[in-house]
Amino acid sequence: MAAGGPSGFRALALGVSFLKCLLIPAYYSTDFEVHRNWLAITHNLPLSQWYYEATSEWTLDYPPFFAWFEYALSHVAKYFDPKMLVIENLNYTSRATVFFQRFSVIFTDILFIYAVRECCRCVNGKRAAKDILEKPTFILAVLLLWNFGLLIVDHIHFQYNGFLFGLMLLSVARLCQVNKRYLEGAFLFAVLLHFKHIYIYVAPAYGIYLLRSYCFTANNADGSVKWRSFSLLHVTLLGLIVCLVSALSLGPFIVLGQLPQIISRLFPFKRGLCHAYWAPNFWALYNAMDKALTIFGLKCNFLDPTKIPKASMTGGLVQEFQHTVLPSVTPLVTLICTFVSILPSVFCLWFKPQGPRGFLQCLVLCALSSFMFGWHVHEKAILLAILPLSLLSVQRAKDAGIYLILTTTGHFSLFPLLFTPPELPIKILLMLLFTVYSFSSLKSLFRRERPLLNWLETIYLIQLVPLEIFCEMIFPLTPWKRHFPFVPLLLTSVYCALGVTYAWLKLYVSVLTERISVRQKAE
Amino acid sequence: FLGAGKPPMYGDYEAQRHWQEVTYNLPIRQWYFNTSDNNLLYWGLDYPPLTAYHSLLCAYIAKLINPDWIALHTSRGYESQPHKLFMRTTVFVADLLVYIPAVIFYCFSLKETSTKKKASICALCILLYPGLILIDHGHFQYPLSLGFALWGVLALSYDWDLLGSVAFCLALNYKQMELYHSLPFFCYLLGKCFKKGLKGKGLVLLTKITGTVVVSFAVCWLPFCTDMEQIMQVLRRLFPIDRGLFEACMFSSPPPRLANIWCSLSVLIKIKNIVSPQTQLKLSLAVTLLSLLPTCIKLTVQPSLRGFKFALVSCALSFFLFSFQVHEKSILLVSVPVCLIINEIPFMATWFLLVSTFSMLPLLLKDGLLLAYAVTTPAFLSLCGASFSILDKTSAEDLQLKPFSLSMKGYVSWFKSFSKIVRSLFLLSVTLMGVLSLVCAAARPPQRLPDLFPVSVSVISCLHFLLFLVYFNVVILWDSKNSRSQKKIN
Repeated sequence: MAAGGPSGFRALALGVSFLKCLLIPAYYSTDFEVHRNWLAITHNLPLSQWYYEATSEWTLDYPPFFAWFEYALSHVAKYFDPKMLVIENLNYTSRATVFFQRFSVIFTDILFIYAVRECCRCVNGKRAAKDILEKPTFILAVLLLWNFGLLIVDHIHFQYNGFLFGLMLLSVARLCQVNKRYLEGAFLFAVLLHFKHIYIYVAPAYGIYLLRSYCFTANNADGSVKWRSFSLLHVTLLGLIVCLVSALSLGPFIVLGQLPQIISRLFPFKRGLCHAYWAPNFWALYNAMDKALTIFGLKCNFLDPTKIPKASMTGGLVQEFQHTVLPSVTPLVTLICTFVSILPSVFCLWFKPQGPRGFLQCLVLCALSSFMFGWHVHEKAILLAILPLSLLSVQRAKDAGIYLILTTTGHFSLFPLLFTPPELPIKILLMLLFTVYSFSSLKSLFRRERPLLNWLETIYLIQLVPLEIFCEMIFPLTPWKRHFPFVPLLLTSVYCALGVTYAWLKLYVSVLTERISVRQKAE
Repeated sequence: FLGAGKPPMYGDYEAQRHWQEVTYNLPIRQWYFNTSDNNLLYWGLDYPPLTAYHSLLCAYIAKLINPDWIALHTSRGYESQPHKLFMRTTVFVADLLVYIPAVIFYCFSLKETSTKKKASICALCILLYPGLILIDHGHFQYPLSLGFALWGVLALSYDWDLLGSVAFCLALNYKQMELYHSLPFFCYLLGKCFKKGLKGKGLVLLTKITGTVVVSFAVCWLPFCTDMEQIMQVLRRLFPIDRGLFEACMFSSPPPRLANIWCSLSVLIKIKNIVSPQTQLKLSLAVTLLSLLPTCIKLTVQPSLRGFKFALVSCALSFFLFSFQVHEKSILLVSVPVCLIINEIPFMATWFLLVSTFSMLPLLLKDGLLLAYAVTTPAFLSLCGASFSILDKTSAEDLQLKPFSLSMKGYVSWFKSFSKIVRSLFLLSVTLMGVLSLVCAAARPPQRLPDLFPVSVSVISCLHFLLFLVYFNVVILWDSKNSRSQKKIN
C-alpha cells in the first residue's frame, strides 16, 4: 500500500473507535440483559448446567465457543462490578456494567479492524488512483469499518457481531489472497460456526468452494473439474480440521449426553415464521399478500369473518400463526425453499469456479437466499450479505449498483430496532453520512462506466425518505396510531422487502449470465 | 453534533423552556417585567430581544407538536423524552442554519487554504472543537450569537462593511456578552474610515455604518421603543448592576471556580477584605481597559484583517480574565475567534482550544459529560495534530513571533532552542491537563479542601490564559514592523 495507506487506515480505525465510545450511553435493547445473564451463567455454574439453566427467560442459545468467550469475559467483569455476575440479578444495570459490556464490544472489534485490513490487501483496484480518497482499498475500508448497520446493531442495540464478522472476513481474506491459505480459511470458518450458528447460512458456499478448489487441485483446459486430480490428503486435512474444531466445542457436551438439549436450544423452531417485526424477506411479502387478500375477501364477502383467527401477526407476539387465505408455511417448506434457491449458485460455483470472486458471489447469494426464505429470520441477518458484498462492490460497477440498493434498503430496515426518541437523530445522521459517502465514493470510483443505478432504482431509493418521515414523524401524530400501531413496521418491512428481493434477483441474474457468457466464450 | 444521548443541564434547559412559555403566552409588554404571571426570579428573561423572538418561534413549533410543553405555569420543570428531543433538535437546527455554514464559508474563503481538501479539513477541525459541541449540545445553549458574529467577520473579510455591521448587531442583540467582541469591530471599522481619509470617503463610510447600526438596533428593539420605561427595564435585566450581585459572585465564601484572574488571586489574598465592592468594580474595569488599549489603538491606526482577528481574540481574552462577573462558558467567546486563526498559528490555536475545554471541566463534570469530554478532546487533539502537523511547526517563524524574536535576540540568548522549549512546554501542559482531568473524575478531594480540584483546574487554566494573552498581544503589536520591513524589501 502507498504511504498514505496505513496512516489513512489508522485514522479511520481510530475515528470509528472514538465514535463507538461516544455511543456508550445510548439506548441498549434486551440483548444487553441477555449477555449479562450469560456472563453470570458461565461464571457461576459448572459446564453441565450451562444449557439447562433457565432462571432468566434469555437462555443460552449460542454454540459452546461463545459460551467460553462469555466465560473469559466474566473473569474480567468481576473487577468492574461483581454484582452483574449474580444470576438472580435480572435486568441489573449499573454504570459499571454498561461501561464494561460496551467497552468489551469496542475492544473485541480490534479483530474486525484487523480482518478489514487483510481484506483491503486482497483488493486490487483497476487503475491506480493518485488521491488516497479514491483508492478502492480506502473506500472499502470506510464501507466496512464505518458500516452503519454494524455500528447500530453492535454498539447501540448491543450485540457482539463485530469480532464474528471479523472472523468471517478474515477467513474470506485468507481464501482470496494471492497465496491462498485454504486450511487457515477453513479453520477460521469452522471456529466461527461454533461461535454463532447463523453462519450456517453461508456454509454451503464454503463447503463447495473448498471441495472444488482445494480437494480437486487442478482443472481441465475448459475449467471443468478434473476428477482425477482428487487429492485425498487435502480432503483428510479438511475433515480433520472440522472434526477437531467440533470436538473441541461440542466434545464435552457430547460426553455429558447433552447434545439434544443443545440442538433444541440452538434451533428453536417453536418461534414462528416471522419475528414480531417482519424481516424484509420473501415471507414478509407473503404475509402482506395474505393480509391484503384477507381484507379484500372480507370486503367482497368471499370469506366468513368468524373463521378468521383474531391474532394479528404484527401484534408483537411471537407465536405460530396460520395464514388465512394463502397456505400456511411450515419450517420444512422454508428449508426446501432455501435449499432450492441456493442450488443454482452452488452449481455455478461447482461447474465453473472463477476463483475467489466466484466464491464471494456464491457466499453473498447463499446468505441472501437464506435470508429470503429462512424460518424466523432476524433482520440483522442482512448484514451477513451486506459486508461480503462490499468486497465485490469496489471491484465492478455492476456489483456496486446492486450493493447500493441492498445496503440502503437493508440499513433502512434496521431502523425499527432503535425506536427511542433520543436515538432518532443519531440513526438518521449516521445513515445519511454512510449513504451519502457510499453513493459518492462508488460513483466517483466508477465514473468512467455507465451510471450505477437506473432511474427506477433511484426513485425507489429516494422514496425511502418520505417513508421515514411518515413513519417516524407524521404517523405518531395521527389518530390511526391507536388502532393500527403496527402500520409503520408493516410499511417499512414490506417496502424494504421489495428492495431486497430486487437486489437478490439482480445479483442472481448477473452471476448466472456471467457464467453463461464465460462458458460461451470458452466454447 | 451527536449530542442526543447526553443529559441536559436542568438550569439552562429549563430556562429556555420557560422563556418559550413566557414569550408565547404573554404580550410583549410583560416579557421583561415582574408580574403575577411572569415571576422574574424564576429564570427571568435576561438576554436581549432577539433571544426572546427566537424563543417565540420555537414556542410556535412546540405548540404544534404538544401544547403541554409551554402551558403557562403548569409546565414548569417539564421533562420528557420527546421534549428533550425537540429542544435538542432546535439547537441542532440553529447550528445547522447559522453556525455551520459560517464556518464552512469562512474556511473556503481563506487565502491560505487554496485546495478544497485543506479547507474542508480546516472546517472539520473547527467544527469538532469539543468546547462548543459540549456546551451547546450537552449543557444546552444556542450557538446563534457566535454564528452571527462569525458571519460578521466573514463579511468584513470581503470588505462588505455594512453587512458585517448588521450581522454583528444581530449577534449583539442575541446575547449581550458579544460586547466582548464589540471593541475590535468598532476599532477596525473606525480605523478603516480613518484610512480612507476623514474628509470624503471615510466620513461617508462612517455615517453609513452608524446608520446601519442604529437601524438594526431599532428594528430589533421596535416593540420596546414605545416608552422609555420598557427600554430601561430591559437594560436593567441585561446589566444587573444595581442588584448588588457582586456579593453573590465569586468573592464570597465558596471558593472560586473560574479561570479568571480575580478568582485565582483570591486563592492567595482575599481582595474582598482589602477593598470595597465599588472599588473592586472600578479596579477590574481599569485593568481590563488597560490590557485592551494597546491592541485597540494599534487596530485603529493600522486596520488589517489579520490584526482584526487577533484583536478579537486578545480583547475577548482580556475581558474574560479581568472582568468582574464572568461565566465559565464565556471562554467560548474567545475560543471561536481562535478557531478562526487556526490556520495561521495551528500549534498555539490547538493548545489554546485544549486549555479552554479543560477549563470548563468542572462544569462538564457537573453535567455528566465526562465521557463525551474524554472522547472528543483526544479526538480533537489527534485530528488537529494529524491535519496541521502541529508538533513540527513550533519554530519562532511559525508562531508568528519572528519580528519579536528579531528584536529580542540581543537580549535573550536562549531563543535559539526556542522550538524545542515550546514543544516540551506543550507536552508538559497536555500531560498535566490529562492527569488533572483523570484525578478530577476519579478521585475524591481531601476533607479539608473540598474544592481542591476545581480550584486547581481554574488556577492552571488562568496561568495558561495569561501566557496566551501576552503571546497574542506580542504578535499583534510586533506585527507592524514585519509588514513595514516586508514592504521595504518588496
